[in-house]
Amino acid sequence: MDPVRKRGKNLSKSLDSTQPASFPDEVLEQVFSVLKSRKDRSSVSLVCKVWYNAERWSRRKVFIGNCYSVSPEILVRRFPNIRSVTLKGKPRFSDFSLVPHDWGADIHSWLDVFAEFYPFLEELRLKRMVVTDRSLEFLAKSFSGFKALSLLSCDGFSTDGLKAIATHCKNLTELDIQENDIDDLGGEWLSCFPETFVSLEVLNFASLHSDVTFDALERLVDRCKALRVLKVNMHIYLEQIKKLLLKAPGLTELGTGSFLQLLPRQSAELETAFSRCKNLHTISGLWELSSFYLPVLYPACANLTYLNLSYATLQSDELAKLLSNCSNLRRLWVLDTVKDEGLEAVGSSCPLLEELRVFPADPFDHIMVQGVTESGFVAVSNGCRKLHYVLYFCRQMSNVAVATVVKNCPDFTHFRLCIMNPGQPDYMTNEPLDEAFGAVVKTCNKLQRLAISGLLTDRAFEYIGKYAKNLEILSVAFAGSSDLGMEAVIEGCPKLRKLEIRDSPFGNAALLYNLNKYESMRSLWMSACNVTMNGCRVLAKLMPRLNVEVMKDEGSGNGADKLYVYRSVAGPRRDAPPFVLTL
Amino acid sequence: MENTLGLLENSGGGIGREVPSGGSTTGSMSTVDNLVFSSEVSSCYPDENNDSDELELGLGLSLGGGAAANKSLKPPSWARILTAKDLPCLVSKSSSSSSPTVPKASHKRIAADSVSPPNGASSSQVVGWPPVRAYRMNSLNQAKLSITEDFSSIVDKSENAVVNKDNNSCNKQGNDTIDKGLSKVSLFVKVNMDGTAIGRKVDLSAHNCYETLARTLEDMFCRSTRNANTRSNMQGHNLMVEAGGSSKLLVGSSEYVLTYEDKEGDWMLVGDVPWRMFVSSVKRLRIMRTSEANGLAPKIQERHGRQRARAI
Repeated sequence: MDPVRKRGKNLSKSLDSTQPASFPDEVLEQVFSVLKSRKDRSSVSLVCKVWYNAERWSRRKVFIGNCYSVSPEILVRRFPNIRSVTLKGKPRFSDFSLVPHDWGADIHSWLDVFAEFYPFLEELRLKRMVVTDRSLEFLAKSFSGFKALSLLSCDGFSTDGLKAIATHCKNLTELDIQENDIDDLGGEWLSCFPETFVSLEVLNFASLHSDVTFDALERLVDRCKALRVLKVNMHIYLEQIKKLLLKAPGLTELGTGSFLQLLPRQSAELETAFSRCKNLHTISGLWELSSFYLPVLYPACANLTYLNLSYATLQSDELAKLLSNCSNLRRLWVLDTVKDEGLEAVGSSCPLLEELRVFPADPFDHIMVQGVTESGFVAVSNGCRKLHYVLYFCRQMSNVAVATVVKNCPDFTHFRLCIMNPGQPDYMTNEPLDEAFGAVVKTCNKLQRLAISGLLTDRAFEYIGKYAKNLEILSVAFAGSSDLGMEAVIEGCPKLRKLEIRDSPFGNAALLYNLNKYESMRSLWMSACNVTMNGCRVLAKLMPRLNVEVMKDEGSGNGADKLYVYRSVAGPRRDAPPFVLTL
Repeated sequence: MENTLGLLENSGGGIGREVPSGGSTTGSMSTVDNLVFSSEVSSCYPDENNDSDELELGLGLSLGGGAAANKSLKPPSWARILTAKDLPCLVSKSSSSSSPTVPKASHKRIAADSVSPPNGASSSQVVGWPPVRAYRMNSLNQAKLSITEDFSSIVDKSENAVVNKDNNSCNKQGNDTIDKGLSKVSLFVKVNMDGTAIGRKVDLSAHNCYETLARTLEDMFCRSTRNANTRSNMQGHNLMVEAGGSSKLLVGSSEYVLTYEDKEGDWMLVGDVPWRMFVSSVKRLRIMRTSEANGLAPKIQERHGRQRARAI
């Protein structure tokens, strides 16, 4: 019952008699079907025509990092048997309000084509795309075997669309709604899952604001025996979590609701419920956290590998107490309310930590000095030598501290440091922070992703260009002194895929420094830099296979305020709104 | 096709600086180079913003305009968003100087859908900075608004002191939360009292804790029956406020208890959950005779610890 399109048998006979006997197509396809990695598949498809064909017929999953780099028609022509599609739409800076609404990235045109060519589509994972209720309903009704829907940072739909999904997708295993900008019209969608529906394995509605009927949720959890991921929203509180845990002790990931409201007797029961969840390795949520109740988690802490406290305003001692039970932790997300002392506790309690993200509780507060500083960062690096992913928001940093951090943890693959005051220097020496990032790129040979901040001159970029040979993604804000900076990166980073720059003094010379580079990259974003319309037009003229799009602010004269350049085999966008100028 | 290629400004070097040839990839590029770099200094944009007196740049940029005099050698202060017009021609950043250029920040109106900080935008707001997703900011604001209030009520509860909140603590909560700009939508719910035919309505959003709500209800329902000298009168509609200041409705030592119907249709005792949670789930209120509140009696005893409930 797995209808797969078959192609003609006569396509692959080798005509060259000196070639060794080749495998029949079906065998090749079987072999390739075990290839999961995109990179492997890509390599395989480049070997020869036979392999190209075998690969395209055997591929079931496709990932498209920029929805405008290819058209749905081209996609279905090349890959006839896709079951799972992952699509990313808007440029990442749209998360920070730098891209107007109605920019594009609407899924519907894709769905129309999928309905015709991929009737057996099972999974759709979208990030930063526009999804309307109409699209959701169309999706729910067009693909009878549809299983998994994941929407991250999308917008354009409401809970009515979720109603359609719940009502019509009889085989749904995953419904993952994360951090979207949607109209929350109420919680009735959850009650739309029919009583006969039992297949759900992943349910994440943590970011929805309205109340669901707890009864319906409880019954759903009860009858979906394979449920392993459950993340509820903040209208569910601890007493209800207890009931849900009792019904689903096999959960591997739990997103609690509001972490309060528990009588002493219930507290003990909840603790017992947690102790029964032997497979629980991830906990998130914890809104409106009253640390008074944290001890109920302790029985589960020893098994935890991922703890997301980034919505919980914990103080240092509260975090320290909690973490003393979490020696197995690999990933930790916290708010900077825990301060440096809290991070010291991280360093001392979680030696296996690989990923740390520290978010600002008050990002817009310039006056009061609070949050974390460089010493917290160093403290974590001292204790957690396996750290390879960091996202760190702070208000104070020094070159020496960063150098120490990377000396302790040379295996960084993702280093994202955000010093919240733009252009802020080393607080001890008042110098630029060039040496800090120089240390990062010199020491961390595996660095794939880098976000820089603070006061930075071209020197920082020279370091990046010279040493960051594995760098794929670079985010720049309020940094650099001249075109030389950007040029150094364009020239020096062979694996660069995404370059996003805002508010930096790079102009046309840098933009046009190495035109061919952009064809090896997924995209370039430059906003509030010094590029002009003319520079962009030159780029567009000389590189016809790139899409060069500009959005201008009112009254900005010749400046190209927001520039988005990306390679595409689909040609210029046909759905661009009027404010997106395609050059 | 383009005759205006020569109008590109020269950023990052002196006029006529050579383009490093390592970057050129096509033959036509050198032609373009020449066009690109024959810049016209005169292509400065007119200053449309009339904001030149507010320039606060640092660090040795020599601009085409007259703003050079305002510079001082300190890190840029971001008290104002600089516009493209403020920095018309970024000419001759001398290559030997390692002092950083002030990056040009385009003037941005704060987009309608961007997150503005809870206390109103300060003058140094840059759109999309720091790079925190709007969703996260909204959730955090929500969390912070609640935690002030809920934590107090939980501490009180755990000390069996929920009924002894005095005016001060109640107001303090109120100041913390209401100043943060909780939405001011009215939330009128019906209130009925056993033995009284005509019901009333009370605006829950006008209150921020149980105390004031209970007092209001007492005023509503007892005003007509209260005697003048009746502070110690414990008979009849026994809703008088004790000398200690706590509403008897909450204490549970009167003949009546305050109950509410929640969204799921269940009748619950008022006072168990944090105020905000109560407000979000209440549909209507009922001042119930204690004698009828059978199922609630154990809760009363459990909740109030030392306080004894009257015989039911």
